[in-house]
Amino acid sequence: MSSRQYATFEVADQLFGVDVAMVQEVLRFGEYTVVPLAPAAVGGLFNLRGQVIAAVGLRVQLGVARQDLGAPVMNVIVRVDDEAVSLLVDRIGEVVQLSDDDFEHTPDTLSGPARDLISGAFKLRDRLMLALDVRRAASTPANS
Amino acid sequence: MTAAGQVPAATKAPRRSTKRPARAAGAAAAAEPAPPSTPVPAAAAAATEPAGAVPAGLTAEREGAPAPGLEPGGSGEDGGSQPKRSVADSSVRVDVDLLDTLMRLVGELVLTRNQLVRGVGEVADTGLTKTAQRLNLITSELQEGVMKTRMQPIDHLWAKLPRVVRDLSSACGKRVRLEMVGRETELDRSLLEAVKDPLTHLVRNAVDHGVEAPPERRAAGKASEGTLTLRAYHEGGHIIVEVSDDGAGIDPDRIGSIAVDRGVITRDQLSRMDSRDILSLVFRPGFSTAKAVTNVSGRGVGMDVVKTNIERIGGTVDVESTVGVGTTWRLAIPLTLAIVQALTVECGPERYAIPQVAVHELVFLDGQSGAAVEYISGAPVYRLRGRLLPLVRLDEVLGLPAASDERDVYVAVLRADGRRFGLIVDRVLNTEEIMVKALTTRFKDIGAYAGATILGDGKVALILDVQSLARRSHLSSEAVERAAAERAAAERAAAERAAADKAATARGGGVDRLLIAGVGDRRVAIPLDMVTRLEEFPTERIERVGSREVVQYRDQILPLLRLAYLLGAPVPEDTATVPVVVYTERGRSVALAVERVVDIVEDHIDARSDLGDDGLVGSAVIQNKVTELLDVRRAILAADPRFYAEQHETEMVGA
Repeated sequence: MSSRQYATFEVADQLFGVDVAMVQEVLRFGEYTVVPLAPAAVGGLFNLRGQVIAAVGLRVQLGVARQDLGAPVMNVIVRVDDEAVSLLVDRIGEVVQLSDDDFEHTPDTLSGPARDLISGAFKLRDRLMLALDVRRAASTPANS
Repeated sequence: MTAAGQVPAATKAPRRSTKRPARAAGAAAAAEPAPPSTPVPAAAAAATEPAGAVPAGLTAEREGAPAPGLEPGGSGEDGGSQPKRSVADSSVRVDVDLLDTLMRLVGELVLTRNQLVRGVGEVADTGLTKTAQRLNLITSELQEGVMKTRMQPIDHLWAKLPRVVRDLSSACGKRVRLEMVGRETELDRSLLEAVKDPLTHLVRNAVDHGVEAPPERRAAGKASEGTLTLRAYHEGGHIIVEVSDDGAGIDPDRIGSIAVDRGVITRDQLSRMDSRDILSLVFRPGFSTAKAVTNVSGRGVGMDVVKTNIERIGGTVDVESTVGVGTTWRLAIPLTLAIVQALTVECGPERYAIPQVAVHELVFLDGQSGAAVEYISGAPVYRLRGRLLPLVRLDEVLGLPAASDERDVYVAVLRADGRRFGLIVDRVLNTEEIMVKALTTRFKDIGAYAGATILGDGKVALILDVQSLARRSHLSSEAVERAAAERAAAERAAAERAAADKAATARGGGVDRLLIAGVGDRRVAIPLDMVTRLEEFPTERIERVGSREVVQYRDQILPLLRLAYLLGAPVPEDTATVPVVVYTERGRSVALAVERVVDIVEDHIDARSDLGDDGLVGSAVIQNKVTELLDVRRAILAADPRFYAEQHETEMVGA
């Protein structure tokens, strides 16, 4: 029975999880440089120890009102395709150990933009944790 | 990736090492800081033996020798004082990631040094200042040294080309010989990558389209085998790569007509272009001369893509050609990529960086002095020392809320594609050295940014893509060109007629060339030969002397007459600038102020009536509107009664 650790976080009152192996770090940060003309989901750019990182707003990806980037926000820095990207989230949760057997396919009751961003779900003790598809979540196709 | 603090240690055991796992040598070198005057390539330290003598030996032997390149290392034997660039005996293999790390660190060091030097400058402590200066020197040399480690000879690119040319020529049924000059010319690794595709495309293009087939060549008296020459050399901070063929050359007429057919330019624009401009049309998107886009020249990729790719790395591409003789494509690429001088500007809440090399000058427009920004056919322009400059508003380009027109603004006069244009920003901050960081593909479709950087205060700023801003100014510049052409035509016509009869009465019949000016809501026609120049003076330059008005112009004081006064038209409102017709004869000038210049026409003055106010010799219908014909002589005398006084008596009588 294999199990994995997931870093969890909340966005718009939903709990998401990402394989810990994909998470580079988590930090609270407040100074973003806005990128005019960038896709709506791009919250901005910031300096992470000399690297320029793009911050993708998960709230925007979920179709929910974006956070105010004037105040510090929680960033989950993940690595996708050799690029470090930051996912902007509301709150950081705990790291949980989950067994692969508990993985379920996306429940039919879940509708909306979240469906496109997750690969499945895990039933935790008292709530559902949605397994985030990091590549999709971090993808910001150009505005049409 | 090795952590920063361990850099010197890491060179002892590069991941792809060859025969020299330096031990004590490396450690000793790492422990001792090298004397400031000598570049100390860290990797070289590892290679040198004997261990004990390393710090001193390092300085003596390595002085003047370049940092080892990425050439596969030889024995790593101390090569002594070898000439710089050839297949060096003294070299080592170094892991490429390590070099990138070093490069990045040096970049950070440069920026930190800048901050420190700035801060120290404010503290008047000579000891500190001297130390800062030393640091400055060391950092600059370190930067140079590290950059050299990334240089590779262009032969790395060229090595594959003979094969490409051979295969392609047989496929096309042509015979082409490839010559390469300057194979050892070096450029930064990252540039090699960027240049590879454009260069290959140019070479394929030369074989496919440039060089003629043997029968044609023989008919033209050339050898059946064509020659394609690649030439690379350094020139003024750039690396120049030329691709020359002795083929058929590019015919500007053919290019011109294709461009018009494809709607890239209008016939009118074509008529105003010289052959150099016409040849550059091949770089415009939407232009592709391949009748069938042959697979041979690669993926239907056009010259516009070559240009974009080269410009993305800060370079330029040019073409020169002589029909029947041959064509040369010329790439010019700046040698240093990552650290550039940039001007920081503010627009809205954010700061942006503009590569200093594109900045020509800065202009401050005082909001108070009224609209200095003029509009020609709806395109904003600014008159800079008499020449019209197309403008681009940065806030508009970025989709930011537009600010009011009345505030103070700065215009950064930028240069791209051989053209100048002005970028309107809120504030100009300062010039600093920045490290260019590539933006990920996420942002590549936006087109407005050439990269990102981290400014001295640690915040990220976007680097503007000057080329793409220049393209936006294109619409403005077309309007500007038209206006400039019209002015030039007017001035030329006036100059041509200068020798002709200057009698100021209107002509009877025939074709006249007239300047139509607006005075109040009336139209007034002035014979073009009475127009020496058209100017536009800011209102505040018009001064009163007694009851008259004058304006300073080119070291003269010109009497100024407002035609509205002469014609009894309503007094014009005060505007920021006043359009003026300047008439000059024998060194004397007068200025006739109108309210606007409407047009320049050639017209048969058929329908005339002698109904006219004072100051007019009649009126005619021009362009379907009643236009009054100015009694120019009278106007001149009203402006300056003594205008004709010192001339020959005969002239006066001729009136």
